[in-house]
Amino acid sequence: MDGENDMVTPIIETKRLKKYFKVRQGLLHALDDVSLSINSVETLGVVGESGCGKSTLGRVLLGLLPATEGDVLYNGESIFDARGRKKDFIYNEMQMIFQDPFSSLNPRLSIKDLIAEPITVRNTITDKVEIKNKVLELMELVGLSERYVNTYPHELDGGGRQRVGIARALALDPKFIVCDEPVSALDVSIQAQILNLLMDLQERNELAYMFITHNLCVVKHISTNIMVMYMGKVVEYTSREMLFEKQLHPYSQALLSAIPLPELRQNREAIVLTGEVTNPINPKPGCRFAQRCKYATAKCTDQEIPLVEVEKGRKVACTLYM
Amino acid sequence: MSRTLEIRDLFVNYNTDEGVVHALNGLNLSLDKGESLGLVGETGAGKTTLALSIIRLLPDMVGEIKSGSIEFEGKKLLELSKKEIKNIRGNKIAMIFQDPMTSLNPTKTVGKQLREVLDLHFKKLGSNEKREKADKMLQLVGIPPERQNEYPFQFSGGMRQRIGIAMALIAEPELLIADEPTTALDVTIQAQILSLMRKLQDEFSTSMILITHDLGIVVDTCAKVAVIYSGQIIETGTVEDVYAKKFNHPYTEGLFKCIPDLKTNAPRLTPIKGNMPDPENLPVGCKFYDRCNYRTEKCAQKEPDLYTNVTHGIKCYKFADGWGK
Repeated sequence: MDGENDMVTPIIETKRLKKYFKVRQGLLHALDDVSLSINSVETLGVVGESGCGKSTLGRVLLGLLPATEGDVLYNGESIFDARGRKKDFIYNEMQMIFQDPFSSLNPRLSIKDLIAEPITVRNTITDKVEIKNKVLELMELVGLSERYVNTYPHELDGGGRQRVGIARALALDPKFIVCDEPVSALDVSIQAQILNLLMDLQERNELAYMFITHNLCVVKHISTNIMVMYMGKVVEYTSREMLFEKQLHPYSQALLSAIPLPELRQNREAIVLTGEVTNPINPKPGCRFAQRCKYATAKCTDQEIPLVEVEKGRKVACTLYM
Repeated sequence: MSRTLEIRDLFVNYNTDEGVVHALNGLNLSLDKGESLGLVGETGAGKTTLALSIIRLLPDMVGEIKSGSIEFEGKKLLELSKKEIKNIRGNKIAMIFQDPMTSLNPTKTVGKQLREVLDLHFKKLGSNEKREKADKMLQLVGIPPERQNEYPFQFSGGMRQRIGIAMALIAEPELLIADEPTTALDVTIQAQILSLMRKLQDEFSTSMILITHDLGIVVDTCAKVAVIYSGQIIETGTVEDVYAKKFNHPYTEGLFKCIPDLKTNAPRLTPIKGNMPDPENLPVGCKFYDRCNYRTEKCAQKEPDLYTNVTHGIKCYKFADGWGK
C-alpha cells in the first residue's frame, strides 16, 4: 500500500478484477474492479457483509474460479496464463483455510490421511516414511498431539478440526493462504488459540494471508491492511491503523459502529443503517451504498464512483471525498 | 417489582446410550418483571438446555429434569400437566430461535402463520380484528403489511428474523426467550434487530432472556448478565458489575481476555487453556478447577457457593471473604 514498498514485488496482486455470474435475470456483479496487492508476511483483511463478494474474491485469487475480466498476478506473473509445471508450482504455493471445520474434512479419512492428502495428490513427496514424518512435523507445528494421528475428525472438537484444516493448507509449503472466515465457527476461547497459531505460523513460514471475515475485532487483530467491500466493490482500502483511527466511507463508519464491544458504552453511538443490501444483479451505475447512505445526493447515482487515493495510504470510493 | 421467573437448584440430565450427560448442575436464576437478562456461555455450557427446560421442550425420553424447581409468575412449571404447559408456551412464554428459516413454516404465508398464533391464543377475536392486529405487529417490526401474503423464502435473513420476533411477540408474552437471535445475521442487520428488540421490550415491558455467546451483544441490550459454565451460573450481576472488569470469576476474566481489543494493540491473545469438563463425569469441586489460574486445594474438594456483594454474585472462593452468601 505504501509508496516506499513499490520496489518489492507483491506476492499476490490483482488488476481491476471482475467476476460476473450469469443468472436468469441478468448478470450478477460479484466483483467489480477489485485491485489489491499483498506482500510477503503481510495480511490483508477483507471485511464486508454476506454477499459482498469476499469469498468469490478468495476463489478467484486461487484460480478456483475464472475471472470475467482483469488479472491475478502471483509474484508478478499471471496465474491464468501459467501452464504445465509452472501452473502446478504456483497452485501449490497458494492454499486455503475454510470456515467450517466440520464440513471441510472428509469424515472417512484419518487425521494422518487428511493431512497427507495434499502431498499425495500433488506428488510433492513420494516416499511413505517421509510423508509420515512430514505429517507428524505438520501436526506438531499446528499444535496437534501425535496421539491423534490415527483418529478421525469426529473425535476432535472444533478447534482441533480447524488445526487439521490449517495443517492441510500448510502441507505443500505455501507462500500465500486465503483464510475464509477461519474462526467464525469457533468459541471465543478456541478462536484466540487459532488466531495466535495463525500469527505464529505467518512469522515462521513467512506467509502472506488474505483474511476474510465479518468480525472486525478479529480483523483488527491480525491485519496489516484492510479492504472494506460493499456489493462487489471496494469502498475503502487502507492500513489497519488508519482505518481504526478514522473511517472515511459512510459504510465503513456504520460497519465499525455496529460492532458489539464487550465494554460499557462511553459516548459510542451505533449508526443503525436502515434497509438491507440491495440486489447485485444488473446494478445501476453509481454508488451501490447510496440507498442506505444518509449523505447520498444525486451526484452519487448518476456516475461511476472511482476508488481514489484521498490521502497517503488511503483509498476511498465516495463522492464526499472526490 | 414482582418476580417473573425463579429457577432453583435445577438439575437436568440427558440419558444417552453412552451414558448420562449432566447438562445442568444446580442452576439458580431469577428474573423480575420487565427485566432483560443476558445469558452468556460457550458451546455445551447448557444455555439451550436451560431454555428448553423452561418451556418444557426437552427431547422426550432422553432429556430428564432430575430435580429443582422453575417458578413462573408463582406457578410451578414442572408440576403442570402437558395441557396446562401448552397454554403457557407461546402465550405467556415465547421463544425466538437462532435460525429463522428453520423455525418458520416454508409452506405457509407469513400472514397466515402470524394469524395462527392469534387463532390459538386469542380465540375470541374476530377475523378482522386478527388481521388488524397482525398488520400492526408487522408494521412494528418494520415489515410492510402488504408483504404478508409472501412465503418465508421470499424474505432476507434479517427480515425473517423480524418475522420471528413478530410471531413471538404477537401473543404479548410475559417472558421472551431469545436463543442466539442474531448469530446468523450480519453486523449491521444485527444492530437493527437488537435495537428493535430493545424498543419492543420497553414498549410491552416483557421480561427477556437473551442467550448468546457474544459478550458484546449483552452489554448493549440487557440490564443484567449471567455467565453459565458447565450447567451452572458462575457469575451474575448488573451489566455495570460485570463489565467494570474489577471483580470477575476467573472464567469471565478469561473470556474477556480472549476477545481482541479494538483500542489496544496486544500482539497476542490469551486463550483459556484446556476445555470445559466432560459432562459425563464432572469433577467434585469447582467445575473450572482444571483451567483456573487461581486454584487452591480447597477448590478441588468442595464446590464454592455463589458469594454476593449487593447485586453482584460470583461462584469462586476468591470472593469468600468480605462478600456475603
